[in-house]
Amino acid sequence: MNELALIALPLVFAALSFVWPKEGTRPWLLPLAGGCHAASALWLLVHPPEPEAGAWFGFDPLARAVLPMISLLFFVCSIYAVAYLKLRPERRNRLFVLALLVLLGCLSLAIQAQHLGLLWVAAEAATLMTVPLIHFNGTARAFEASWKYLLVGGTGIALSLLGSFCLGYASLNAGGNGDLTFHALAAQFVHLSGDAARYSHPWLLAAWVLLLAGYGTKMGLAPMHTWKPDVYGEAPGIVGALLAGGTTTMAFVAVLRVKQVVDAAGGAEMTHRTLLAFGLFSMLVAALFLLGAQDFKRMLAYSSIEHMGILAVGAALGGLGVWAALFHVWTNSLTKGALFLSAGNIRRAAGGRNVAEVSGMAWCAPLSARMFVTGLFAITACPPFGPFFSELLVVRAAFTAHGTFTAAAFLGCLLFAFFGLTRLVFAIVDGRPRAAARTVANRFRETAGVILPPLAFLGLSVWIGLATPPVLSSAWTAAVKILVPTP
Amino acid sequence: MTNSLNLFIGLAMGLNLLALASSRLPSVIRAAALQGMVLGILPLLLEHEFEWMVGVVAVCTIAVKGFVIPHLLRRALRAANIDREVKPLIGFVPSLLLGAAATIGAVALGGVLPLRPEQAGSLLVPGSFATVVGGFLMLMGRGKAISQVCGYLILENGIYLFGLLLINSTPLLVEAGILLDLTVAVFVIGIIMDRIQKEFDSLDTNKLTTLHE
Repeated sequence: MNELALIALPLVFAALSFVWPKEGTRPWLLPLAGGCHAASALWLLVHPPEPEAGAWFGFDPLARAVLPMISLLFFVCSIYAVAYLKLRPERRNRLFVLALLVLLGCLSLAIQAQHLGLLWVAAEAATLMTVPLIHFNGTARAFEASWKYLLVGGTGIALSLLGSFCLGYASLNAGGNGDLTFHALAAQFVHLSGDAARYSHPWLLAAWVLLLAGYGTKMGLAPMHTWKPDVYGEAPGIVGALLAGGTTTMAFVAVLRVKQVVDAAGGAEMTHRTLLAFGLFSMLVAALFLLGAQDFKRMLAYSSIEHMGILAVGAALGGLGVWAALFHVWTNSLTKGALFLSAGNIRRAAGGRNVAEVSGMAWCAPLSARMFVTGLFAITACPPFGPFFSELLVVRAAFTAHGTFTAAAFLGCLLFAFFGLTRLVFAIVDGRPRAAARTVANRFRETAGVILPPLAFLGLSVWIGLATPPVLSSAWTAAVKILVPTP
Repeated sequence: MTNSLNLFIGLAMGLNLLALASSRLPSVIRAAALQGMVLGILPLLLEHEFEWMVGVVAVCTIAVKGFVIPHLLRRALRAANIDREVKPLIGFVPSLLLGAAATIGAVALGGVLPLRPEQAGSLLVPGSFATVVGGFLMLMGRGKAISQVCGYLILENGIYLFGLLLINSTPLLVEAGILLDLTVAVFVIGIIMDRIQKEFDSLDTNKLTTLHE
């Protein structure tokens, strides 16, 4: 029952926000919904329900391993949203609040979906719901970003639909009865031989390629990442945080679920090789673009592409790697939350986004600048923050599974990304503030509402890394058990 | 049975090429709409006995793909006061040739992917792949937002064609969800197009070049 509440609750609040008459009080619905959602997700994390066989959605071990994170991310972001929307009285917030809540509902559905078709429908709905969020600012640049997002994201989602059909057809050829739940699919492809195998394997191969390309577009793996810098650069910070931590996580979960099915059919070697190639390529592309980036919000997009690469590499490295990837989902998303929110503050205080226009932020917005720099060290895997521990585990998995080459390439990309990130961050934090920024600074006040949420994210990042709660590690272990069955 | 099915699929493949070769936007819209209607009829041909749910899906598909979406696109066309695609990224003759090559390639690829006995000999898979590639070519190669939306529609038509392989086994609920999502997608695209038109005073996506490294 609680699983359903996770999906229905945000939708009910969304309907409420639609009819809510007062612009000023409507944003308070967000923390209210986020709080209830987080409470039920955490309750389910501690008391996982028995999974129902054959159900189309449910709080299975994989959902248990990631959904509480999205819930927590949304809750902290929603507190920031109240303060943020108060700063933007000139924009009407009905559609924004509604879309945020529906997005939370769609993400909860997509992550809990156990059915191939349902997963696609939820993922597509989540994609569409982010469009009004991206053009909240209503500028020409925001429309350009929305258009590119629609075209690239729409094509990606179309490819994943085609891939889902291919997987469904493969199952029919293997003698399936049309049951498209992941559990049934995986069970069906094990020990396939003879004609059934010959008829279904070409389709499985096509399905994996199309689904990886489709959901990989949503994740933002290179070379399907082109929408990311535009969108993260133009969308409000809170939307960036939810996209980088929520939507991409949903896509990663989708890839893991499909991978589980293809692996069961004996395609493990192929899925590992493709994921490793996409992952390392994404990290390389991100590192190279980071070295040249000029805009600090677009910089966060490249950093997100890099971390999606890390997730893909982790998923390619067997049991330990998948465990590390699930760990990294948490640490990366929470740290990204701190970075996006403090970047949003800096953007408002500076009135610009480019290195050429922005400098001396340590003077204009001292608290946000400090958090931004701390977040930078966290995301580039400096101890004691969470990403350090999760990336260390990925490196360890790389050494045990693939030997030195993978690990060396991985560490090299991390190093270049570190150069690129620090160069840009210190360029905007240090130095003398521009004259124009000083007058704007008088208008931006670092109130508790815009400072505490990113601080909370940094605190969570340290906490998850240093003292990983046992209930979380056991949830990840349980998820790995269903994703990578021991031979 | 298979013959009349293949006739319709062949028609849809021909409409691809027509859309790729045409420079006038109204005829591109007409080709996409006609293709959508042809595809809407197909589920009725596939079923041996009439089921009312399949009928409902067919009617909805024809209404949405054949009338609602083209109507919205024509309205956008009038508002933007444009008629013709000028200076596409990939020219009309090259895109026609690429489309034809894709059609041949799709037929070859269809031979590699094994079909179930009751569907053997049908052009569903080649038709689907050819349409997807054709849509993709339009999506990438054209500059006007409306042509790109038509490309997207053709791409979706190709996927719909593929979905017909599964019509007997996938629950119609999922298909209804898919159709709903597509409709919403096109509405959202339409709204954004409207805003772009107001903001940039044109529907030429070649002007959307502020965001880059």
